[in-house]
Amino acid sequence: MALQEVFQEISAADFFYRNRDIAGFTNPTRAIYSTIRELVENSLDACETKQIPPEIYLRISHESGATDGPGIYRVHIEDNGIGIPYDIIPSAFGQVLFGSKYKLRQTRGTFGLGGKMAILYGQVTTHGTATIMSSTGPTKIHQYDLMIDIQKNKPVVLKHKTHPNENRWHGAVVEFSTEADYTRAMSKILDYLMETAIVAPYATLTYVDPRGRLYRFDRVTTQMPKPPEETLPHPYGVDVETLKRLIDLTNERTLVGFMRTHFHRVGRTIATSFLQQVNLPTRKNPKKLTPEEIVTLVNGMKNYKFLAPDASCLSPLGEELLEAGIKKELSPEFIAVYQRKPSAYSGFPFIVEVGVAYGGQIEAGGGIKLFRFANKIPLLFDEASDVSWKVVNTQVDWRHYKVTPDMPIAVFVHICSTKVPYKTVGKEFIADRPDVEREILNAVREVARRLSLFVSKKIHIAHDKHRLDVFQKYLPKIALFSAKLAGKSKQPDVSPLLKSVLRYEEESEEDIEEDS
Amino acid sequence: MKKKAKKTSKKTPSRIEEKKRVVLNGLKGLGEQVYAQLSQKQWPSVRMPSRSINNIHYDQQTRQYILGDHYVRRSARNIRHVRPLTQLIWTGSFVDELTSEGKTSTLRDVFYSAQAYEMSFADQAESDDIITDLETVIGHSREDFNVFPEERSAIFGDLTIQYTVRGYEGKELNLASHPDGMMIGPALTNAEFADCNADKIIAIEKGGLFTRFIEERVHEKYKALLIHTAGQAPRATRSLIRRMNKELKLPCYIFCDADPWGMHIANVIISGSANAAHLRDLNTPDAKWCGVWASDIVDYKLPSDPLTDLDIKRLYELEKDPRYDGKLWKKEIETFLKNKRKAEQEAFSRYGLAYIVDKYLPAKLKEMS
Repeated sequence: MALQEVFQEISAADFFYRNRDIAGFTNPTRAIYSTIRELVENSLDACETKQIPPEIYLRISHESGATDGPGIYRVHIEDNGIGIPYDIIPSAFGQVLFGSKYKLRQTRGTFGLGGKMAILYGQVTTHGTATIMSSTGPTKIHQYDLMIDIQKNKPVVLKHKTHPNENRWHGAVVEFSTEADYTRAMSKILDYLMETAIVAPYATLTYVDPRGRLYRFDRVTTQMPKPPEETLPHPYGVDVETLKRLIDLTNERTLVGFMRTHFHRVGRTIATSFLQQVNLPTRKNPKKLTPEEIVTLVNGMKNYKFLAPDASCLSPLGEELLEAGIKKELSPEFIAVYQRKPSAYSGFPFIVEVGVAYGGQIEAGGGIKLFRFANKIPLLFDEASDVSWKVVNTQVDWRHYKVTPDMPIAVFVHICSTKVPYKTVGKEFIADRPDVEREILNAVREVARRLSLFVSKKIHIAHDKHRLDVFQKYLPKIALFSAKLAGKSKQPDVSPLLKSVLRYEEESEEDIEEDS
Repeated sequence: MKKKAKKTSKKTPSRIEEKKRVVLNGLKGLGEQVYAQLSQKQWPSVRMPSRSINNIHYDQQTRQYILGDHYVRRSARNIRHVRPLTQLIWTGSFVDELTSEGKTSTLRDVFYSAQAYEMSFADQAESDDIITDLETVIGHSREDFNVFPEERSAIFGDLTIQYTVRGYEGKELNLASHPDGMMIGPALTNAEFADCNADKIIAIEKGGLFTRFIEERVHEKYKALLIHTAGQAPRATRSLIRRMNKELKLPCYIFCDADPWGMHIANVIISGSANAAHLRDLNTPDAKWCGVWASDIVDYKLPSDPLTDLDIKRLYELEKDPRYDGKLWKKEIETFLKNKRKAEQEAFSRYGLAYIVDKYLPAKLKEMS
C-alpha cells in the first residue's frame, strides 16, 4: 500500500519555529543576543514614535543549568514607551507577524517578528510563560501571563489582571525565561548596548548582567530625531502582487485618480504623462484592468522617470546626534560627521550618515574600526560582507587622507531607509547596491577630507615636538663639550635657542653649499 | 700645516711636539668657536670643505687629490645637522683629552666611548664618518689626534727611533732589532727619527716577500728600510713613508703584484687617495713604482694567470684616473690590456728563492734611480 502524502497547512508561528535560523535564533549564543536585540529595539521604537526620551532597564539573571555553556536565564526588560492598548497585548506578544510595522515608514524592525520569536524561543526551550505588563497611561496597568499556541499562531492567555496606575505610567515590561549561552554571547551583547548608546544618545540604558554587574549608558541629550511619517509606496518599488492588492482596496474610479491616491509623489500631471507612455487610458477603471495590463503598468513604472521618493518617511539621526553619540561613548580627540541628502534605490528612499573619529577609546593598530548601523540598529556580524566594509577597505584610498593603519580611527556608517537592503533575513549586513554604495563612498570621502586636516595638524605638532626633543637632547651636549674643548668652566646657556625652536618654521633640509 | 724638512738633520726633536701643539690648538679653536657662538645666543655651526665627489679635484702641483672651493656648513639650527654636529664636538673633546694625556684609541674605541656620554653612534660607519669630519675641520689626519686603525703594517731596517709616547720618552730603538719587523702603530708613528743608516725605502705589498727580503738581508745588501704595506698601505704607513722621504731624504721604491690592484697600492702611496683629499702629507710624490709590471711578466717569463672581467673593468677605470697620467702608468695599463695576464710577486720563485733579490731587485733599482 502506498503511503499517502499528508498535506497540511502550517501557521506563521509554526513556520518560524521550524525555521528559527533565519530569524537569528541559530543556537543558544546567537539566540540570547537576538533576544536582547529584539527586545531593546522594540522598546526604543515604542519610545521614539512619540518622541519620549527612552529609559530602558534590562536585566538578565541566571536561573538554572550551566553558566559556562547553555543554561536557563530569565530576561526582564522595562521601557517608558507609549505602551500597548490592553486588548492588543495578547496578539502583540503572542501572535507571530502581528504588529504595527507593516507600513512604509522607517522602524527598526520590519516584520513584527523579532520580539515574538524571542518569546517563542523562550517558550520552546523552557516551556515557560511570558509575563507582559503594560499601560498607555490611564488608570490601570494590565498584566498578562501568556503562551503561544504554535500550531494555531494564537496567544493563549493564562492569566490577566490589572494593577492601579497612580503615577500614570506608560510603557511595557516583558519578562520570560529562555535558554542561553550567556558567557559566549556576553561580549557581543555589551558591544551591542554600547553601539546602541552611540546611535541613540538620547536614551538611557541600564543593564544588570547575570553576575549582578551594572552597566549604565546615560543619555547626553533629550533632543530626538523627528519620528518617521507613514508614506505611500513609490512606483519604483511596486510589484504585480502589491498592485493587485491596491486595486482591490481602492475606491478610485479612474487610473489617474488611482495613481495619485496610492503612490508616493505622483500628481495629476505625472500620472497623466505616465499613463500616456504606457498606452493606458487615463479614465479607465483600475478594477477593470486585465492581467496583461497590470503587468504592463508595473513594467512601465520601472522605466518612467518619477520624482525620487522624499525622505519624510525617514528618521535619520542627524549630524548633531550622531556626533553626540560617538563623543559620549568613545570621547575621541577628533570627530567629523556628515549627512548626505536623501537618495533612493528601487523606489526606496534612504539617507546615509557617516562619522569618523580619531583617538579617545578607539584602539590603535589593525586598521580602521568600522561601526555599522541600519535604521539605528548596530550591525555586529558579518562585517566583511557589508557594503560599508567594502567602501572603507577597498574604495577609499586612506593614504590620500594621510591616514595610516596604525592610527586609532573609527568610521561610523548609518543607513536609514524604509527598506534597508539587507542581504539576508538575519539583518546583519547590507548589500552592495550601487546607489547605496555611491552614497556611502561620497559621505566617507567628505569626512575623510576633514579628518585629513586634523591628521596633518597632528603630524605637524608631532613633528614640532620631535624637533624640540632633538634640540633639547643635543644643544646642552654641544654646550657641555664645547666648553670642555675650549677649556671653559662655565657652560653657555642654550635656553634662548631652545625657546626659538618652536617659532622657527622654515629650515634648510639640505647642506648649505657656498662658494668661498 | 706644511712641514719643511730639515736638511739631513738626523735628529728632529721638536717636530712631533710641534705637530701635537698645532693639532691641540686646532681642537681648542673648534671648541672656542662653538662656545662663542652659543654665548652670543647664535646657533652654533661649523664650516668645512665639502667632501662630495664633485668637490674632489686632482692637483697637479701637489700631485694628489685635494678638495675644491665648495664648503658645507653644519648648523645646529638644522634638525638633520644637530646630531652630527654634537657628535663632532664630542669627538673633538674626546680626542683632545686623548692627545693631551698622550693616550691613543682605535676607531672602534671611539665608537664605544661615545656610548658612555649618551652620544651613541648608530654604527661604526657613523663614528668613522664623524672622525673624517673632524679631520676635515682640523686639517689633520686622525693619527695626529691619536686615533688609529687596527695595526697590520710593519717596518724593518737600520733606523733608530726615539719614542715620544708617555712612559717611553727619549727611549731609543733600532728597527732592525726584531727579525719579524716592527708594527707601525701609534708609538712608532709618533716617534722622532734619531739615526738612520739606510739610503732608501723599499715598500712591499706582501708579508711573505717582506720576510724573504729580511732573510735575504736586503736591508744590508741594498742599505734599505723595508716596509710591509699589507695590501693597501694604512695612512700611518703612508705618512711614515712621506716623513722618511722628506725628513731623511730617502728615495722610496714600491713592489707589488702585477695586477691592477697591486698597481693601485703603489699609486696611492705616490698620489694619495680620493678619500683623503681633505688631508695633506700622506702621499710621497717622488716614490717610484718598480714592479711587478705587466711588461715584467713577459720580460721575465713569469708564470701568470688570465685577467678576470673585474680586473679588466678596473683597468679601464684607472686609465681615466688623473693619477695614472704618467708615461709608465699608461704603458703598463696598455700592456695589461694587451696581454690580459697578471702575476704575483711570488711568481719569481720559479727561478729559485733568491732570484728576486739577487737578479730582479738590483736590475729594477738601477733602472728606476
